[in-house]
Amino acid sequence: MVPEQLKYTPEHEWVVLVGESVVRIGITDYAQNQLGDVVFVQLPEVGERVTAGQTLGEVESTKSVSDIFAPLAGEVTARNDELDGSPELINTDAYGAGWMVELRLDDASALDELLDGAGYRELVDQG
Amino acid sequence: MSSADAVTRRTPLHDVHEKLGAKFTDFAGWQMPLRYEGDLAEHNAVRGSAGLFDLTHMGEIVLSGPQAGAALDYALVGHASAIAVGKARYTMICAENGGILDDLIVYRTGEQEYLVVANAGNATVVAEALITRGAGFDTEVRDESTGYALLAVQGPDSAGILAALTPTDLSTVRYYASYPTTVAGVHVLLARTGYTGEDGFELFVAPESAQAVWTALHETGRVVPCGLSCRDSLRLEAGMPLYGNELTAELTPYDAGLGRVVKLDKPGDFVGRAALEVAAKSTPSRSLVGLVAPGRRAPRHGYRVVDPESGAELGVVTSGAPSPTLGHAVAMAYVDTERAEPGSALAVDIRGTMSPVEVVALPFYRRSA
Repeated sequence: MVPEQLKYTPEHEWVVLVGESVVRIGITDYAQNQLGDVVFVQLPEVGERVTAGQTLGEVESTKSVSDIFAPLAGEVTARNDELDGSPELINTDAYGAGWMVELRLDDASALDELLDGAGYRELVDQG
Repeated sequence: MSSADAVTRRTPLHDVHEKLGAKFTDFAGWQMPLRYEGDLAEHNAVRGSAGLFDLTHMGEIVLSGPQAGAALDYALVGHASAIAVGKARYTMICAENGGILDDLIVYRTGEQEYLVVANAGNATVVAEALITRGAGFDTEVRDESTGYALLAVQGPDSAGILAALTPTDLSTVRYYASYPTTVAGVHVLLARTGYTGEDGFELFVAPESAQAVWTALHETGRVVPCGLSCRDSLRLEAGMPLYGNELTAELTPYDAGLGRVVKLDKPGDFVGRAALEVAAKSTPSRSLVGLVAPGRRAPRHGYRVVDPESGAELGVVTSGAPSPTLGHAVAMAYVDTERAEPGSALAVDIRGTMSPVEVVALPFYRRSA
């Protein structure tokens, strides 16, 4: 499942614009399926600054752990506190209730450099 | 390895797994179910009721003949000829230098017949070693890995579920025993063994009968199909070693804290005896321990165990995961023996963060009954 209206990174994150220069970030359905049942999510605090490629958090299943990388530079404006008690939301609703953080981007035009749905689907299909 | 070597084998239950929506993984040359619905639900089913596994990737080697027991006494560190007919033992096969080649279960299935079950990744090595080591004995050694499918029913409800499908009184099949019988009308070798820390059974069946047995068990509605992902978290909670993680050719059974499997008092020579007699008298510099972490952030295979004050390296994690049953992270690790006492406060470098851990006695989880 790769919704068309989202942007993607090669690290299996999705990104969507939710306000002026503010994006919401999560991991893709493909990523959650690779991980298995998520039992722990570590997220940054609101106000933290991140640079593109920096570790933003991590998602842990019984089988493995996966770093979440900041796809773009900016400041954390929101974190999904629901994931602290219900990490399984990442499995059940990766693109919705399983969102992870929101970032105010330093440069909103950088969003254009991410993959679109077709580009990401191609990457996943290559396995 | 050429790409031609990478062809993966499928078990006779492959179609069944596909219909159940399994996600597959390549494991030692086999395409095996990693999970079906979800690894947590599968893990919890085995702890709380029962799970059904396809373990056909495991290797089976059969020894038969008047000196089958003597051949195994020579080839393995255990005392196979002392096993009563119908009983089984956990044992190991070692190299001449005492290094562990594999851990095994040996079932004595007859006065002159044994079934040796090896890990999938070592099945060929074990079969070849048994053939070589058995050459001087009056025994026939056959690699029967393709001759068996292996199913497992694991969990507290296992006996109740199987009782309805077999004429055998399961109270007569004790832990680490096996019994030839029928399940759902199919001939099986029914063994009360497993790798989950729960009561349970393993069923050796002809490949062509595997689907009938699986389906009969599944149709009881009382078993949850389980993949290799939860098999790993279950065995970890139960403190059971995994070859390639806790056991390797660089370690002796004594290094792994499993010196009890080496029967130095059995008569006659065996492969590795000289090296193991030396190993038995020395204290290994590192010991296998359990580690618990307060949170769910888990020490994983390969992470460094360090001194929480100085940061000096004290060991390495061999397996680790957030424990579904206990709700916090657990790990097994080799650490410097002088720091290996339960209660010892150590740290693990979890991707750059020094996270506190405490040494505990294994297993992490022990079933109540």
